[in-house]
Amino acid sequence: MSNAQNAAEKVDERIKERSRFREAMIRPELGGIVGTIIVFTMFALFAFDSGMFSSKGVLNWSQVSAQFMIIAVGACLLMIAGEFDLSVGSMIGFAGMLIAIFSVTLGWPVWMAIVVTFVICTALGAVNGYIVIRTGLPSFIVTLAFLFILRGFTIYFPQTIERKTIIGGVKDVAEGDWLAAVFGGKILTGLFSWFGEIGLIETFARGSREGQPVVDGIPMLVVWAIALIIFGHILLTKTKFGNWIFASGGDAEAARNSGVPVNRVKILMFMFTAFCATVFAACQVMEFGSAGADRGLLKEFEAIIAVVIGGALLTGGYGSVIGAALGALIFGVVQQGLFFAGVESSLFRVFLGLILLAAVILNTYIRRMITGER
Amino acid sequence: MTEDSKFHHGDPVANKPIIEMKNIEKHFGSVIALAGVSVDVYPGECHCLLGDNGAGKSTFIKTMSGVHKPTAGEIYFEGQPMSFEDPRDAISAGIATVHQHLAMIPLMSVSRNFFMGNEPVKKFAGISFFDHDHANQVTMEEMRKMGINLRGPDQAVGTLSGGERQTVAIARAVHFGAKVLILDEPTSALGVRQTANVLATIDKVRKQGIGVVFITHNVRHAMAVGDRFTVLNRGKTLGTAKRGEIEHEELQDLMAGGQELVQLEGSLGGTV
Repeated sequence: MSNAQNAAEKVDERIKERSRFREAMIRPELGGIVGTIIVFTMFALFAFDSGMFSSKGVLNWSQVSAQFMIIAVGACLLMIAGEFDLSVGSMIGFAGMLIAIFSVTLGWPVWMAIVVTFVICTALGAVNGYIVIRTGLPSFIVTLAFLFILRGFTIYFPQTIERKTIIGGVKDVAEGDWLAAVFGGKILTGLFSWFGEIGLIETFARGSREGQPVVDGIPMLVVWAIALIIFGHILLTKTKFGNWIFASGGDAEAARNSGVPVNRVKILMFMFTAFCATVFAACQVMEFGSAGADRGLLKEFEAIIAVVIGGALLTGGYGSVIGAALGALIFGVVQQGLFFAGVESSLFRVFLGLILLAAVILNTYIRRMITGER
Repeated sequence: MTEDSKFHHGDPVANKPIIEMKNIEKHFGSVIALAGVSVDVYPGECHCLLGDNGAGKSTFIKTMSGVHKPTAGEIYFEGQPMSFEDPRDAISAGIATVHQHLAMIPLMSVSRNFFMGNEPVKKFAGISFFDHDHANQVTMEEMRKMGINLRGPDQAVGTLSGGERQTVAIARAVHFGAKVLILDEPTSALGVRQTANVLATIDKVRKQGIGVVFITHNVRHAMAVGDRFTVLNRGKTLGTAKRGEIEHEELQDLMAGGQELVQLEGSLGGTV
């Protein structure tokens, strides 16, 4: 017995030494980290004076990135659990429309409109998941059906009720509502006006807001994005449930054999994705003060692209929330950065495609290193 | 040697069987897959279940692990009559099955795989977190016991060889309190060295007092670790033999149903 023990403790000559650096490099987020560095370096070199790195510019692209991040967190966890949700974009439009109809058309208090919308939308997420689990159909098809169903209703409701496709006036009814402020408000406004006073950030030189800082606080959109990223990251890497997410996506049958409640995990992830889409919608409606039938168009693909740039595997079982967040950051920075740099905006798509391709190739390589597949 | 070595090659009849399957019959429609099979397993023995393809080995172990309900016959687990509604029942009773495939998730780390479905948690501020430190420590220790060198507990299972994956799956079942371990053809897809490793693992597990049911159609592998041998042929038991009472050739003949292989054996020079 002791002999065997000694033999086992000897280092296997077939295991190559790996340097600490290489060890640290091999992680799902590497593609996202490298991409983020490249993107920021490029814009710092070529568009530094464009106003992109002024306080207002930073606010601009961080808001756009935060939008991507909110839906990317949901899409990321769902993708790791082995499923897709193509109805995210339609869900955003649908949720926004519900909030507007409930609060403006029906005259409900805004907090109630938001709460009911959250309940309806997460329930729809559960329906998505339930159908996928019960029928065994690919989630791609099931959620594609919901993409059309929800978008159809998003156009149908305001058309029949108000004879228009945009419902405005949410800002007025949301005035002073506590829950509306959770999605549309700003935090640290005191800190930012102090920043303005000490000259850390610019202030308006004239007009009605003279003396006020150009950036007067951190929008709740950004707060939600950061909160969801932290929540998603901890859930995935530090909890029992996170292990079940990986297992469900890695091999559902093996996970079931080991006693993982795969169906429950998948349905909950569909619900979480719908929840994230509703957060996105609530923030957007509160910011714009209106809901439009075309809101959230193509967002499902942008979420999936951000997740894939972030190192997640399309077939499930592998990925990182931090990576997805970095993917969303790259997305937002490139989109707004090109605008600041005065580059023709259609080129954004070209850049995006190139980044996506590069990230996926890099991620495939990293994954091979980790799993030893050849 | 450790104190539990008394199980090793001891006389199993002295103890009580941990699981007894009596006259198990299983019919699928008009097909009789099992026509009265009786097998018992004692703690600390390796009971080899041999049989050619289609002999009913798989049906039999699926009945044992709760996947199928027997059409007729009785199952006694630790002396009590048992009826498993589903595999979960069997698992919680202490009957673990290690399948040749579908045991491990290649993209996940060894430690995450090891504790899949049984994650250790520690409370922090009222929230339960996956206790990675504990999981990693236990995994490394268990792997060292089984003679597997890991780069670290976060090494992906995909980097392990087929034999090592089997060993991890066996170690996992043992760690979580399996009393009966069913191994479904664990060596059929492995190379010589990997097979030797898995057989050594079976021996280690047996010494811990666990009843091992080793399904194989390779007589050599069975002879290497088996204490008793039961041969299935066309849904029936052709008898159970103790180690030392039966020769390699006899088992081989029984498995093949007797006659034809005698001829073949001659022309192949006893290499089968």
